[in-house]
Amino acid sequence: MPYIITLLAACFLSSGIQAGQGDLTHEFLLENGLKLVVHEDHRAPVAVIQIWYKVGSSYEHDGITGVSHALEHMMFKGTANIGPGKFSEIVAAHGGNENAFTSTDYTAYFQTWSADNVELSFELEADRMRNLLLAESEFKNEIKVVLEERRLRTDDKPQALLGETARAVAFQTSPYRQPVVGWAADVQGMQVADLRAWYARWYAPDNATLVVVGDVNPAQVYTLAKKHFGRIPRQGVASPRARPEVVQQGTKTVTLRSDKTRVPQLYMGYKTPVLNDALAADSAIEEWEIYALDVLSETLTGGPSARLPRRLVRGSSIAADVSTDYSSASRLGSLFTFSAAPSADHTLEDLERAILKEIGKLQQQPPTVAELERIKTQVVADRIYERDSMFYQGLIIGTLESVGLDWRLNDDYVDNIKAVTPDQVRAVAAKYLVPERLTIAKLLPVEGE
Amino acid sequence: MKNYLLVTLSSVLALASNAIQAVPDIQHWVTPNGARVYFVEAAEIPIIDVRVSFAAGGARDEAKPGLAKLVSRLLTEGAGELNANLFSERLAQTGAIFATGARRDMAWLSLRSLSEKQYSEPALALLQSALSSPRFDQDAFDRGQANALVAIRREQQSPAAIANKAFYLAVYGDHPYAAPLTGTEDSVTAISRENVVAFHRRYYVANNASVAIVGAVSRAEAEGIALALCAGLRSGAAAAALNPVAMLPRAANQHIEFPSIQSHVRIGQPGLKRGDPDYFPLLVGNHVLGGGGLVSILFDEIREKRGLSYSVYSHFSPMAELGPFTASLQTDNSQTEQAIAVLRGELQKFIANGPTPSALEAAKQNLIGGFPLRISSNAKTIEYLAMIGFYRLPLDYLQTFTDHVARVTLDDVRSAFSRRLDPDKMITIVVGRPRAEDG
Repeated sequence: MPYIITLLAACFLSSGIQAGQGDLTHEFLLENGLKLVVHEDHRAPVAVIQIWYKVGSSYEHDGITGVSHALEHMMFKGTANIGPGKFSEIVAAHGGNENAFTSTDYTAYFQTWSADNVELSFELEADRMRNLLLAESEFKNEIKVVLEERRLRTDDKPQALLGETARAVAFQTSPYRQPVVGWAADVQGMQVADLRAWYARWYAPDNATLVVVGDVNPAQVYTLAKKHFGRIPRQGVASPRARPEVVQQGTKTVTLRSDKTRVPQLYMGYKTPVLNDALAADSAIEEWEIYALDVLSETLTGGPSARLPRRLVRGSSIAADVSTDYSSASRLGSLFTFSAAPSADHTLEDLERAILKEIGKLQQQPPTVAELERIKTQVVADRIYERDSMFYQGLIIGTLESVGLDWRLNDDYVDNIKAVTPDQVRAVAAKYLVPERLTIAKLLPVEGE
Repeated sequence: MKNYLLVTLSSVLALASNAIQAVPDIQHWVTPNGARVYFVEAAEIPIIDVRVSFAAGGARDEAKPGLAKLVSRLLTEGAGELNANLFSERLAQTGAIFATGARRDMAWLSLRSLSEKQYSEPALALLQSALSSPRFDQDAFDRGQANALVAIRREQQSPAAIANKAFYLAVYGDHPYAAPLTGTEDSVTAISRENVVAFHRRYYVANNASVAIVGAVSRAEAEGIALALCAGLRSGAAAAALNPVAMLPRAANQHIEFPSIQSHVRIGQPGLKRGDPDYFPLLVGNHVLGGGGLVSILFDEIREKRGLSYSVYSHFSPMAELGPFTASLQTDNSQTEQAIAVLRGELQKFIANGPTPSALEAAKQNLIGGFPLRISSNAKTIEYLAMIGFYRLPLDYLQTFTDHVARVTLDDVRSAFSRRLDPDKMITIVVGRPRAEDG
């Protein structure tokens, strides 16, 4: 359970549901507000069933951070009808793979197995949407597992700790400052009553999206969904109260020293808008800006021929590695990040200067037509490659729906990327990769070592 | 619960028939210069996957641990007429994705491309060039070596990586499997460009190669692709067989001090070969013990009942010679001893008694019912194809997989575990802080 995929959304818009295959995707809305999206893929007699709840760490407030993720763990600990651990036994006995993941904006559960088992998935998921036990004894044990997970994934991993620290510094009021797994003290102090309240508030049909991808008949899937989820009443789920990020007024910097660190690491994050910002009523942000930011990221680090690998890793050899990340499919404003390690003969300051210089060049001079052609070719190819993964296709649908976007947006993705001009890339670099949006975080060994 | 039971029975039967329909037919041939080719036609998506594997993994490093991995990394840093920049530019124009990798037995280069010839032909030409005429330019070599050293230092900040390295060193002693794939700072520093060129010349040859192809191409097209890919390779000679792995004479424990909050634990010994007669009994048995995702004895005893570890599993990694059996967990430094005691206790019990009949049946149901998932995408199929080809497993490996699992009996599992694993001769590695030093 328990894989937290915080950056899932980050990779998602680099591809999408295949163009011209839209007629294979079908949307249904149950009377109780549950949305069902079915994507047919008949290559193998299997299906992935994912249920996505619109709740994650960005819905949380101080003191209960990590509650969405802890609840995700407890979803495997029994309902009034199925004892603790039995859920997984049933799935295993039917040849299934299952897991769950929590992010800033959603919590999702999935089973992958023979397409005959769609109904069993629905039966099990409908049951744990309403009837979770949340027993104190199970909780006491599971919260220890969550703490071990935090130690494994973050506390003992300098690079992960750097990312967590950087987000907490970059975002002052946005809930994206909180780690998905939660702050250790909040997790330690968490009570089963916190989970009960969270479960009652967010786990409802009108706050969920059911996604099925595989060798299925959409009409039959809809009938089964109505049979199993239809009797659960609509709850009337209110959106979380908005607490937007305050306007940043200068570059923030933070240094982290860790006795485990052997390789220094640089993290630079610029506050950037996302699709939701551009699509909001009376938005001053144009939709093309979002796609241009995607292209900007690809121009900088999309593959070994991109600017930064070419100039900083191969050319000047200042960097041992460098990557960028930009996720346009999130609920709230996000970060355009650079993550890089210096080669042995260079410092983090050398690396920072070199990255800033490359940003400066793109702010002055648009990328070449050839650079954009390469990116567009890759986007078209990726779009076809992704048809090889049912899970990934479901992930795109579920992510878009869960952050408040329409899965159909993805059908236009290639066209939107193709429409980006070199000067639009320059324009978004000039508008968004600026000092007053920047947070720099540095990871270093303990002084004197 | 009654209704679940009914569904269980009916769908296991249904799955068995589905699985048979879904199993791909592997076609096999050998190129004129000696490369073995394995092909599965998959017409549904207009893409092609190719993976070329060589017996050129870390087990061939000899006195220079890290060499095989470095060679593999440098293959795409310039080839033929193209330096690293030009090579990466040409590749980007095709929309193809290249990947290289090296483990102990094998090294490989793989490609995913659109199957339309306009894209696939230039991409395959680049692959061919990277395999047979990598340039190993001095600047690319220097950079690769420097970055390999950064990678080693990065491993030094990971208790998991430190534990894995120590585990292989202790389990394999003098065997070539012992040394770390990434090498050591000393060994990587000592590698010269000439070493890289000589290694490539020796091992990246047709008689040492297997080619896996999955995708929307015909048999005739696949033959053409394989022929062209291997045309530039010398015939050469297959790598010599590795020496057998010696069993451990006695148990040994090693504690490595590291400033982490958790201790990472590895317990194990030499385990299993590819094509081993005990493969299926050990696979099915281990599924019960510690291999079945969210359902296993170790998951239940260590995580579900005691909350001691987020991730806990046991695993056989079959290799050309005996690959390791590894049981693994990580836990807060304050409870390392308790976690190790539970883990050892469960290993001992299972090796002595084997699984219960119902647990064995459940594991078989999961493996048989889940079989279609193993080959439900081209990406997964090519992994199997490459493995079957490299290790020369029977071409009907996939067709017979579920039958082999179905035939495993309780006695087979008990016998295999008691013959193959000895809890009194296992290596235990712990990386973390000892309890006494905890604040």
